[in-house]
Amino acid sequence: MTDPGADVFKALADPTRRKILDELAERDGQTLFEICSRLAMRHQLGSSRQAISQHLDVLIAAGLVTSRREGRYKFHQLDTTPLAHLTDRWKKPEN
Amino acid sequence: MRIHVTSILVDDQEQALRFYTGKLGFVTKNDIPISDTDRWLTVVSPQDPDGVELLLEPDGHPAAKPWKEALVNDGIPYTQFLVDDVRAEFERLRGLGVRFVQEPADMGPATTAVLDDTCGNLIQIVQMHQ
Repeated sequence: MTDPGADVFKALADPTRRKILDELAERDGQTLFEICSRLAMRHQLGSSRQAISQHLDVLIAAGLVTSRREGRYKFHQLDTTPLAHLTDRWKKPEN
Repeated sequence: MRIHVTSILVDDQEQALRFYTGKLGFVTKNDIPISDTDRWLTVVSPQDPDGVELLLEPDGHPAAKPWKEALVNDGIPYTQFLVDDVRAEFERLRGLGVRFVQEPADMGPATTAVLDDTCGNLIQIVQMHQ
């Protein structure tokens, strides 16, 4: 790991992806349709469903979102674990 | 030209009739046998008994099931019904054992929620704000 957290920084660099995290922070466990609705209706982000789905894939790859299947439904959840030590590399050890 | 009938594809007409009348509160308008297995089965809103009819249509076509499953997987509602108070309706229906995949959420000019009709579809209920 020459650049720890690179995928997390890349995922966070996009404003639409940050909005997705905002909405999941407000209510965890959303369907793709609910996420799309919130972005369109509350943020006037007219991204296509396919584009939102691809954004979610990036967030999932970075470990910031997990998808949970419940029978025929699929819900998306926020996972802030990757954020915990994201900037440790620049911090001086405190003695 | 007016919209007279609109349809939803159901995997079991008898179960659909139970859900759409017993849980959602619509009333039967037409129930006419068409074949050994299928009926011309429509329901209307008790608030608009001469209004648009919802046809509870058998989903026997082989293309129907994968399409319906794909919609449910993404949480996409098949159609939308108007209510005066989404949160009150959500509580009422949840009390009747109805499963929601989206609890009431404010979406700007509307508040919406999404439920499972037990016949292979998701349904959005919506309250419009002035």
